[in-house]
Amino acid sequence: MFDYLANPARFQRIANVIRPLAWLIFIITLLPGLYYAFFNSPADYQQGETVRIMYIHVPSAWMALMGYVLMALMALFYLVWKHPLADIAARSMALPGAAFAFITLVTGSLWGAPMWGTWWVWDARLTSMLILLFLYIGYMVLVDSFDREDRGSKAGAVLLLVGVINIPIIKFSVDWWNTLHQGASVIRIGGPLIDASMLIPLLLMAAAAKWWFIAITLIRMRTLMGERRLQSRLASRREGGAHD
Amino acid sequence: MTEFLQMGGYAAFIWPSWGLAVLVLLGVTVSSLRHGRRIQKELEQSELKPEQKKEQS
Repeated sequence: MFDYLANPARFQRIANVIRPLAWLIFIITLLPGLYYAFFNSPADYQQGETVRIMYIHVPSAWMALMGYVLMALMALFYLVWKHPLADIAARSMALPGAAFAFITLVTGSLWGAPMWGTWWVWDARLTSMLILLFLYIGYMVLVDSFDREDRGSKAGAVLLLVGVINIPIIKFSVDWWNTLHQGASVIRIGGPLIDASMLIPLLLMAAAAKWWFIAITLIRMRTLMGERRLQSRLASRREGGAHD
Repeated sequence: MTEFLQMGGYAAFIWPSWGLAVLVLLGVTVSSLRHGRRIQKELEQSELKPEQKKEQS
C-alpha cells in the first residue's frame, strides 16, 4: 500500500523536472531540424525535393514503433507486477503513438503518389503499418470499454503484448517480402547508407519527435493520475456521506 | 521564394505532408494540455470540501 502511494508521488516529482527539459530539448532540436530539412539539405538525385517528406515520415515511423514497444513493455510490467503507474504510462502513450502512426501512413501515401505512381498498395510494409495504427486505436477503445477500470487495463495490456509480434514484421517486412517500400538505410547492420547531409536533419527531427513524445506522455500521465485521484476522492466522499 | 514554395514541382505532396503532421501534433498537444489543466482545476476544487467537512465535525 505504501509502495502504491509513494511511487506515483516520487514519479511526479521527477516528471516535474523532466517535463520542461523535454520541451526545451524539443525546441532546440526542432528548429535546426526544420532549417536543415528545408534549407540546408540537398534534393535527392532520384526523388528530387520529395525527399523532404522523409524528415517527417521516417521520424514518425520510428516513434510509432518505439511508442508501441514502450507500451508493450509497460503492459508486461502491469501484468506481472500489477503496478498502476505502468498502466497509466501505457494509456498515456497511446494517443501520441497513434498520431505518429497516422502521420506515417498519410505522409507515406503523399510520398508514394509521385514516386511510386500509387497512393496505396497492399504490400507487407504498408499493411503492417496500418495494422499498427489499428492496434493503437483498438487499445484506446478497449481500455475505456469496461465499467471497472482495472479490467480495461488488463485487457488492454494483453492486446499490447499479443500485438507486439507486428513490430518485427514491420521492421523486417522490407527484407522478407517484395515491397514497393525501400529497404532500411539508417538502422541497419553495417551502419547508415544515407549521406550526412540528409542524416543530420533526419536525426534532429527524430530527436524532436522523441522529446515531444516524452513531454506529451508526461503531461498525459499527470492528467490520468489526477483523474484517478479525483475519482477515488469522490468515491470516498460518497461513502462518507452515507454515514452522515 | 516562389521557387522554394514550388518544391521542384512537388509542392502538392510536400506541403500537405508537413501541414497534416503539424495539425495532428498540435492537436494532440493542445488537447493534452487543456485536459490536464481542467483536471488540475477540478482537483483543486475537490480539495476544499473535505477540509470544510473536518472543521464542522
